[in-house]
Amino acid sequence: MRELPPEEDALSIVAQEAPPEAEPAHRLLGLTDEEYRSILDLLGREPTPAELAVYSVMWSEHCSYKSSRVHLGRLPTEAPWVVMGPGENAGVVDLGNGWCAALRIESHNHPSFVEPFQGAATGVGGIIRDILTVGARPVALWDQIRFGPIDHDRSRYLFGGVVSGIAWYGNAVGVPTVGGETAFAETYSANPLVNVMCLGLLPRDRVVRATAGNPGNVAVLLGAPTGRDGIGGASILASAGFDATSESKRPSVQVGDPFQGKKLIEACLELYERGLVVGIQDLGAGGISCAASETAARAGVGVELDLDRIHVREEGMDPAELLISESQERMLAFVVPERVEEVLEVARRWEVDASVVGRVVAGDRVVARHHGRVVLDLPAASLTDGAPAYRRPYGEPQWMEDLWSNTLSMVRPPRLGDALLRLLDDPSVASARWVYEQYDHMLFLDTVVGPGADASLTRVDRAGLVVSTDGNGRVCYLDPRRGAARLVWEAAANLATLGARPLAVVDNLNFGNPEDPDVMWQFVETVQGLAEACTQLGVPVVGGNVSFYNETEGKSIHPTPVVGMLGIVDPLPEQIPRWENVEEGDELWIVGSDPTPNLAGSAFEQVVFGHVGGRPASTNPTRGNSVLGLVRRLVAEGIPVALHDVSDGGLLVAVAELCIAARIGVGLSYSDWRALFSEDPHRIVAVVSPADSHRLVDAARRQGVEISRLGTFGGDSILLEGPDRREAVPLEEASAAHLGAIPRRMATSHAT
Amino acid sequence: MRVTVRVIRRPDIADPQGATTLRALHDLGFSQVRSVRVDRTLHLEVDGDDPEAVRSAVDEMCRRLLANPVLEDFEVEVTE
Amino acid sequence: MSPVTAVVVFPGTNCERDVIRALRALGGEAEAVWHRDADLSGFAGVVLPGGFAHGDYLRPGAIAATSPIMAAVRRMAGEGRPVLGICNGWQVLCEAGLLPGAHIANRDLRFICRFVEVEVVDTDTVLTSTLQVGQVLRIPLNSYEGAWVDPSGEGRVVLRYRDDPNGSQGRAAAVADGRGNVVGVMPHPERAVDHLTGSTDGVPLLESYLAALERLPVHA
Repeated sequence: MRELPPEEDALSIVAQEAPPEAEPAHRLLGLTDEEYRSILDLLGREPTPAELAVYSVMWSEHCSYKSSRVHLGRLPTEAPWVVMGPGENAGVVDLGNGWCAALRIESHNHPSFVEPFQGAATGVGGIIRDILTVGARPVALWDQIRFGPIDHDRSRYLFGGVVSGIAWYGNAVGVPTVGGETAFAETYSANPLVNVMCLGLLPRDRVVRATAGNPGNVAVLLGAPTGRDGIGGASILASAGFDATSESKRPSVQVGDPFQGKKLIEACLELYERGLVVGIQDLGAGGISCAASETAARAGVGVELDLDRIHVREEGMDPAELLISESQERMLAFVVPERVEEVLEVARRWEVDASVVGRVVAGDRVVARHHGRVVLDLPAASLTDGAPAYRRPYGEPQWMEDLWSNTLSMVRPPRLGDALLRLLDDPSVASARWVYEQYDHMLFLDTVVGPGADASLTRVDRAGLVVSTDGNGRVCYLDPRRGAARLVWEAAANLATLGARPLAVVDNLNFGNPEDPDVMWQFVETVQGLAEACTQLGVPVVGGNVSFYNETEGKSIHPTPVVGMLGIVDPLPEQIPRWENVEEGDELWIVGSDPTPNLAGSAFEQVVFGHVGGRPASTNPTRGNSVLGLVRRLVAEGIPVALHDVSDGGLLVAVAELCIAARIGVGLSYSDWRALFSEDPHRIVAVVSPADSHRLVDAARRQGVEISRLGTFGGDSILLEGPDRREAVPLEEASAAHLGAIPRRMATSHAT
Repeated sequence: MRVTVRVIRRPDIADPQGATTLRALHDLGFSQVRSVRVDRTLHLEVDGDDPEAVRSAVDEMCRRLLANPVLEDFEVEVTE
Repeated sequence: MSPVTAVVVFPGTNCERDVIRALRALGGEAEAVWHRDADLSGFAGVVLPGGFAHGDYLRPGAIAATSPIMAAVRRMAGEGRPVLGICNGWQVLCEAGLLPGAHIANRDLRFICRFVEVEVVDTDTVLTSTLQVGQVLRIPLNSYEGAWVDPSGEGRVVLRYRDDPNGSQGRAAAVADGRGNVVGVMPHPERAVDHLTGSTDGVPLLESYLAALERLPVHA
């Protein structure tokens, strides 16, 4: 069993041995002595067991961002179209056509390791409710998932379980999963990453806030009955006043219920449409204690909870359990007294359980009563703004220099075609069709471009919302700042292939132990890289999630930021570029150039030579912005038949993917073979019909962007013509490798 | 030998399927039903003569594959 | 006024808005009806849309088949009015005994969401009256328990998969009752009504359904 991270859902972890009795309760809960002293100061007395439990959750890394807060302020968060930025349940941007989009990303790494199916499923449920909380209908999901090498039984078990869990919850709750990314690498062997992003839509005038509103308002708890879910509390339950040996108090994995989730969506949307709620908050980490304190603190009021009125699934739950239970599919709504009956009526009609559990009072305290006794009484803001913030030490690790100088003395591989086939067969580069065909990606009839492309396109009236999610732990390990910046540029390139300009970014920062100065340095560098690239692109960061303590036996994962970017194309282009539209005779062009190909961190070096080293190239905003500008213009003018960004595997893989999708070969000539495999993000492959090539050339000339013609589509092989040799890869072989890589390996899979 | 394995969701773990079925039974007028939990039963035919040895092998199968200890308990019954 | 279709919503149904949107786009009129309503008078036909009624718990369609509205659906079926079950809706019709057979998990035990090709094998039904036998349509499949089994052998196969995506008996993608007015279909015709989202091959199926609504007078 790996070391338990005091981070996300630390309370939902399988049982540990009972700790030695001498250890004081607060330490067992993950609070430091200093943090405990702060609590004593805040309260002016010893905390009750329930209070201690609540502080331990709310001051955890996961809830308080105590190690990251001081750095996140560097991210650009403002733009005229931003309606709600970081710190809310979701970022909200104005689409300019009467609609707003809500966006949020979250990790469920640890729960997915403990129980992949339910861990991933509840991750989907949680992110959907975050979007619902701001008043939006959740309309699309993306999943960024990372595991150890696929040839390990354990990795296949986790991968299969996570995909099934996402499919089970997402499909049944009725939100299409339209994209994502799947990767496999040693660094995630004992610490898989499961990041989920959700997009919602809401009318401009319906943004809902997570506020308790004014004194007199009534708190209504909606949704599933409360059980002991997620109370792991190894630590909590072993502390004074709890009986760690009691069977009934064994920590529990949260179980998702997409059916309950679906009913809750419809009920809440009706509440919003009818203007029945003042504010609402979903119950996630920290349960009702967290929801009540956040909404109270935001409104500058107090909230009194009557724990006896919570509808429960199990008898005999104690106050701390009721306060921090992470039972899924629950929302806490605040309602003016005159409308409570209507709210309950809406809940009844949708067959959602609801109970009046408290009221808003003047003051600033959250108070909870149980069997008539006050079990919790603390200043609401002490749980949120009052949480500790640390400036942890960091510094460039000594080993970075070694890593950078460890370059591959590059000899040209004997056959480039073999390198291509090995890349296409690599499960991280290969088609993820096996994954996304298990997800409903078509519900709502607006998925114009779905999974398997550079970005997804969801239709909203005459416009398209274009979204890409990108991560690359290998490049970020080699240079966190450059790697993070590259992800942002890559996402923007993906958006441009559908003609969209970026509106907003959300980030999910998956890192190791922040108490390790090396890891903290990776984190600080990453934030810097994200901030620079977002500023250069003029795109605000509207939300994010930090997941620390992704480590096993003291070894941290590669720094793995994941960037989700939302863009808009308005109106939808007449001709939407699609890979499968490429036809015989179409011309292959590259927009942008890579004059000094750098293979450090490339999939090519990793897959073909097993090498990870050297320093990846930095991004170039001037080159980047001019390429993106040209590509967006080309799409608006309906010139390209197909576009594909250059990323994992490089130019040659991008071209092969076009061929595989369109079932057509290509003749491609090159001068420097390295440029076929470098992953410089400022290049985009363009396919145009011969009749349109002069329009491409004219547009490029006008914008001053370098383009070059690489070849022509046709035939049934990928023909590579270099200065001194010619090779052909049969299309059939390339397709079999690309489409078969994951299914072939999963066919041998057995549950473990 | 014939072995029946009952895989039961642990009592502290939510069982949405059972809860939904209970609601439907109440809708149909069976108000006397107080709770529903949904289990899985597996029927195995196992080579061997010693019931204790068979049982302990099946216990091991449950721990390794048939039940998920994070969510489920199991009961093993060797019938012949 | 054009005849109105009732689109039944069970808790957990999720394709009702898509079905209504597709029918309206083709000139039809459709309204969502909650599963607790027991009255379908005034409606010319009924669609049970896809989704996960009652979470698919117990068995897909099993709990929905006991809903108050199903008695009214049964009456409409008896009167010969068009009754169409799509995906989960077909599962409900089987559980309710309005169509023969039942559904089990796909052969590969994985959810399948992708376009499939189906061939028209019977045009004497409310789903296929405007089509020709042998015509091939490209429509999205989206199901886990999508494989139909029918030990009775009574079901009339209406559409047949060209390949065999899920192990359905006789490669059945759609099945009708003896009179052809009650039809269950596993792929989603409403998801294939727009070139932008991949296909318009669902249009003739929904047009057949809309045409069938005109055949019987509606009494309020």
